[in-house]
Amino acid sequence: MPRSDRYCRVEVDGKPIVTSPFLEALALACERDWRMLFERLDLALVPGDMLQVVGPNGSGKTSLLRLLAGLMQPTAGEVRLQGRSLRGQRAELARNLLWIGHAAGIKGLLTAEENLAWLCALHRPAGREAIWQALAAVGLRGFEDVPCHTLSAGQQRRVALARLHLEAAPLWILDEPFTALDRQGVAQLERHLQGHCERGGMVVLTTHHRLEIRPATFRELDLERHAA
Amino acid sequence: MSSVFALLLARESRLLFRRPAELVNPLVFFAIVIALFPLAVGPESQLLQTLSPGLIWVAALLAVLLSLDGLFRSDFEDGSLEQWVVAPQPLPLLVLAKVLAHWLFSGLALVLLAPLLALMLGLPARCLPVLLLSLLLGTPILSLLGAVGAALIVGLKRGGLLLPLLILPLYIPVLILGSGALQAALQGLPATGHLLWLASLAMLAVTLLPFAIAAGLSISVGE
Repeated sequence: MPRSDRYCRVEVDGKPIVTSPFLEALALACERDWRMLFERLDLALVPGDMLQVVGPNGSGKTSLLRLLAGLMQPTAGEVRLQGRSLRGQRAELARNLLWIGHAAGIKGLLTAEENLAWLCALHRPAGREAIWQALAAVGLRGFEDVPCHTLSAGQQRRVALARLHLEAAPLWILDEPFTALDRQGVAQLERHLQGHCERGGMVVLTTHHRLEIRPATFRELDLERHAA
Repeated sequence: MSSVFALLLARESRLLFRRPAELVNPLVFFAIVIALFPLAVGPESQLLQTLSPGLIWVAALLAVLLSLDGLFRSDFEDGSLEQWVVAPQPLPLLVLAKVLAHWLFSGLALVLLAPLLALMLGLPARCLPVLLLSLLLGTPILSLLGAVGAALIVGLKRGGLLLPLLILPLYIPVLILGSGALQAALQGLPATGHLLWLASLAMLAVTLLPFAIAAGLSISVGE
């Protein structure tokens, strides 16, 4: 995809101005354990975008997501947030990012409500009412004060995904969000992701599952084409 | 910002209380190590009294180190640390709260248990205030220093003995000052100098080490 396609064109006082994409990667390369996973990777995200990163196991999908979330440093290239390098903008990214990794930060010894209260407090504290509503929205009504280690893998995943109903960050980076979800949960999450993009949010996710419900802006990034 | 600090303290305390074995194990270790010495060197009270400052401090130091091995492990494995790193809250503040919660329940319990074991070794009761004070100032330094090592090795599959190898040399100044204070008190000399040194080290540790721990965690999470 040519990079110029991904720039926002905004008209101010009748004059078109070109703004940088919200998040972009320029000539990104990633090396793990002496092996080049991918190189010369460019991507750009503008509000409303949804990007699914695909590729075989070990092709660097999770690494790419971690690079975009600022958790890892790229071997070469650069990630930019609103046109400026990510390095000096950790706080800015943190305010705009919701990251749910493969391990989602859910403590088995804490209840669903305690887990969510803490994870939200890291960004913006959420009230008890809001947390209960979010848990109900992911189908966990009645499980609010059950320790998470007694929940099934799918239910634990739902606790983590309840954050998608609680936080206001525009950029969601989700590593394998569909893992362990049942069919109804998958459809619900797909609809929720689509809604987020239609409201001007951005989603980057990895999954091996083929999305049935997708926004018009849906794109796929195949890492195999960038393999070194 | 301070509300996050309080929330994290509450969360960590809750976690520790739901898994009390982790709190009790270092205390039992501390008591057993001290109890081993009279068995090994014989029940001569004069000898034990002379050795007691060193014994108590070495045992306390090992107990703190033992309790710190898994400080960040579960947070690393379940993805909590990633959430801390990507959060807008300053990471040094979060780790300070985490280490403080850990110290409040394991370090402080150790400080409170120490006089009992000291009396068992024949340390005179007049030395107990110095013992309490030196441990009260020293154990936070041990916890914070140990947390730096724990943060660096948390990503390794087999940390094992690496933490003691990395951290024990750094414990030497605290050990010298702590047991020195107690030694002085035992000989009837003033221990203020040692204690003031420990206090200044504690201040340095509280202000600087959270940044080192945060840097270590960022490295471990970024691997």
